Amino acid sequence: MTGFNPQLNSNGELQHLLTIEGLPREIVLNILDTAHSFLSVGEREIKKVPLLRGKAIFNLFFEASTRTRTTFEIAAKRLSADVINLSVGTSSQSKGETLLDTVANLSAMHADMFVVRHSQSGAAHLIARHVAPHIHVINAGDGRHAHPTQGLLDMFTIRHYKKEFASLRVAIVGDVLHSRVARSQIHALTTLGVPEVRVVGPRTLLPTNVSELGVHVYHDMAAGLNDVDVVIMLRLQNERMNGALLPSAQEFFKYYGLTPEKLGHAKPDAIVMHPGPMNRGIEIESSVADGRQSVILPQVTFGIAVRMAVMSILAGNA
Amino acid sequence: MTKPLPDAEDLLARLAERMRACVTADTALIGIHTGGVWLAQRLHKALALRQPLGTVDVSFYRDDYGSRGLHAKVKPSDIPFEVADADIILVDDVLYTGRTIRAAMNELFDYGRPRSIRLAALVDRGGRQLPIAAQFVGAEVSVADEEQIELKKSEKGELSLVLNRQAPA
Repeated sequence: MTGFNPQLNSNGELQHLLTIEGLPREIVLNILDTAHSFLSVGEREIKKVPLLRGKAIFNLFFEASTRTRTTFEIAAKRLSADVINLSVGTSSQSKGETLLDTVANLSAMHADMFVVRHSQSGAAHLIARHVAPHIHVINAGDGRHAHPTQGLLDMFTIRHYKKEFASLRVAIVGDVLHSRVARSQIHALTTLGVPEVRVVGPRTLLPTNVSELGVHVYHDMAAGLNDVDVVIMLRLQNERMNGALLPSAQEFFKYYGLTPEKLGHAKPDAIVMHPGPMNRGIEIESSVADGRQSVILPQVTFGIAVRMAVMSILAGNA
Repeated sequence: MTKPLPDAEDLLARLAERMRACVTADTALIGIHTGGVWLAQRLHKALALRQPLGTVDVSFYRDDYGSRGLHAKVKPSDIPFEVADADIILVDDVLYTGRTIRAAMNELFDYGRPRSIRLAALVDRGGRQLPIAAQFVGAEVSVADEEQIELKKSEKGELSLVLNRQAPA
């Protein structure tokens, strides 16, 4: 990558985490390695380290989220930071304040880090461009664009179960069109050298230019899952669908819902992942979601360690 | 011109003998990454200790995080025994300012309340900035402030001490 990367400081260190696209491989690997060390902190008597003592981290969620916000909050608390959660419904935005004014006011309250989720793509970038140099910004999901910590925790999960990336075949299934998670996963898998990344879904739910990202496109589950090591199911995002992209959820389940039969096309030791929240009976059958190959709940646990790693690396790069 | 550094293998043998009379089979050893872990592995064997060996990486407890950031190669801490009520000996390669030991003790207390903590160091180079002392020392050495003593391990597992001159900050 050449050219200006707004995520890196002048020493090439991570200043903000906005997207995995264009991140150097060493930085991605360092985050995964650091997260590995944080994992054991969650298993001991006192699940806290003093790294971010005295730092104020603002969770700025302009879009609803339970899992992501909660795991960011737990991660920050395990690093001994002070966490302030801003709830959207009562925020000044509903009174007409601009996004940048909200951020300027919180900065005046001595914020050290913002964790931002917003329905508009590019919201975290906008904030990162306007904050003071000592403030760090983490994108916790912006529109259809990126969700880098989810992408990273998925890579952590894959490495945990599959050890290395160099020989893997990974299928991402379902509503890729609306999914910022899928975009972050594709960039991360490519950066880490996974040789074969597939996307599987109906034409209406795959972006028209998706193959430009270096993935193989499938419209049929049997072919798409054939011999893969990792199956990543995406949530069908009803709330982002305008107009009729799908005949019905039942129709979608029939062709693309993950059942034991469809999973049978993958390798016998393939793992099944899902970023949550799951629509049981729409993109995944309960027997698979709760089955032997599912690593959906470990993904959540790993997400805390990965977010601890990102926060502590960012805050240390003054 | 400083004197040449002593032989690390000789110091390790001496350290083990000094510790031998003061440990029981239940004494727990914890090595501090990276040099301290190599030493602790050797001491654990030489002293025939029963408790599994522990390791700590103090990166999450360092007091220079604010100025230097997070160490790039953090290793997981692994303490495979109950810290509460344990008699622990921390093992490090070079005892200098005492800040690493302070960080290691803080980390240990997040696992439980040990009955006692003692400290073993291969070399003590003086220069303490905190009220910390080692109970077991291989040798005391004096080197210039800008010099750094580093423990190295060969492919065969042999330990040696080398002197590095720090680049001016």
